[in-house]
Amino acid sequence: MTTQQAPAIQVHGLEKAYKDLRVLRGVDFEVARGSIFALLGSNGAGKTTAVKILSTLLKPDAGTARVNGFDVATQAADVRESISLTGQFAAVDEILSGRENLVLVARLRHLRNPGRIADDLLARFSLTDAGGRKVATYSGGMRRRLDIAMSLIGDPPVIFLDEPTTGLDPQARIEVWQAVKELAANGTTVLLTTQYLDEAEQLADRIAILHEGRILVNGTLDELKRLLPPAKVEYVEKQPTLEDVFLSLVGTKA
Amino acid sequence: MSKHFFGDTGVLLGRSLRHITRSPDTIITTAIMPIAMMLMFVYVFGGAINIGSGTSYVNYMLPGILLITVASGIAYTAYRLFMDMQGGIFERFQSMPTARSSVLWAHVLTSLVANLVSLVVVMLVALLMGFRSSAGILAWLSVAGILILFTLALTWIAVIPGLSAKTMEGASAFSYPLIFLPFLSSAFVPTDTMPTVLRVFADNQPVTSIVNAVRALFAEQPVGNDIWIALGWCVGILVVAYAFAMNAYRRKIS
Repeated sequence: MTTQQAPAIQVHGLEKAYKDLRVLRGVDFEVARGSIFALLGSNGAGKTTAVKILSTLLKPDAGTARVNGFDVATQAADVRESISLTGQFAAVDEILSGRENLVLVARLRHLRNPGRIADDLLARFSLTDAGGRKVATYSGGMRRRLDIAMSLIGDPPVIFLDEPTTGLDPQARIEVWQAVKELAANGTTVLLTTQYLDEAEQLADRIAILHEGRILVNGTLDELKRLLPPAKVEYVEKQPTLEDVFLSLVGTKA
Repeated sequence: MSKHFFGDTGVLLGRSLRHITRSPDTIITTAIMPIAMMLMFVYVFGGAINIGSGTSYVNYMLPGILLITVASGIAYTAYRLFMDMQGGIFERFQSMPTARSSVLWAHVLTSLVANLVSLVVVMLVALLMGFRSSAGILAWLSVAGILILFTLALTWIAVIPGLSAKTMEGASAFSYPLIFLPFLSSAFVPTDTMPTVLRVFADNQPVTSIVNAVRALFAEQPVGNDIWIALGWCVGILVVAYAFAMNAYRRKIS
């Protein structure tokens, strides 16, 4: 089938303006199946707008976008069957328990055995013990993990993560990175947006830098590094970073 | 309409009802203000208000109190919708293969259920305070029908700020004038003692005809034209509010 070989995401000449503010000014990129693609940019660069268009929440002013072979404008329902969106703020129901959140999403995706799906995901994201508790009592990292678990229900082939680690502590951030890597290892296509350079460096197969509504560069980490003059050899004393110190003191397993 | 509309609406209705059973304070706060007003009007002002002979004051003012109950209850409809919009869970539902309008309908039906429970609570207190009616089953069903229609009309009004408000206060402030409206009607005093301008307004605003129709049904009096004017107002408000709410909704999802 052609949709199997075609890139999971194809974006062409995408434009979007809010009144006079031109947020996207002609964005093009493709994401290969099963890869992790990072859209890197500072606040206001247009990352969230791009994700919202790809997840059918916004209509573009111009340009086309195809997700899993379906056009976001004319085949929105098929696109929604193929994707999952984890927005910038954990979109979980605070009043329900973690398990109830998962069951809710499984029901809305019209799957069989929502209870079993929920239990499996709770186990996979180390939330089994917290599963019966109200989400309002969860920590930021647990909430984000639940959020991502909710996005995996129904095994959508394409997942959008909009700034998945913004506001998380270093441990929670590593937990999320681990989850994202596992996803891609299982063949899911991941498009993530981030403003953290190290996050893109850690996770992404390809990185595109979005600035003022345009893609400045798009390539693998090595390709991007080659854009600058070749590395010089310098002798620098290797000090542990504050992150190394923090993580060794609080004893994370990751 | 999507083939999953009814199933999805049911799932989401279950979610919102769970919110209410976990914080029953929304039902209690909805019922407490009308009950306090009822106590004050019956035991403080009631003795001094001349409504003509043949009926007790609690019988006279209960219809107006029931409308106030609904008007204060729908503030929570706007609040619940607003919280979903803020938290990102609305976007999560919209990006899933779920019938899109189900999200809105679930809130509308939740509003109906919550308000009916509050109405029953207020009704029980009125019975303790001496409210009596010998009305038959048909009259009671007519009262229930009018109140349901009134709740739906006000609920669709509440959807508009729920979708478009910028702050939580803004989302619920709209209900204050609605709570106030019964005071400028025949709900607590006969309108013929009012100054001309006020009387003309009171006689021709929706609350008066609805109150008069409900009061006549409870007292087994002929309802005359009032019931048709009342139904006309309810349906009219419902249709206009629905159109505006749907317009606000479409702007939100495109």
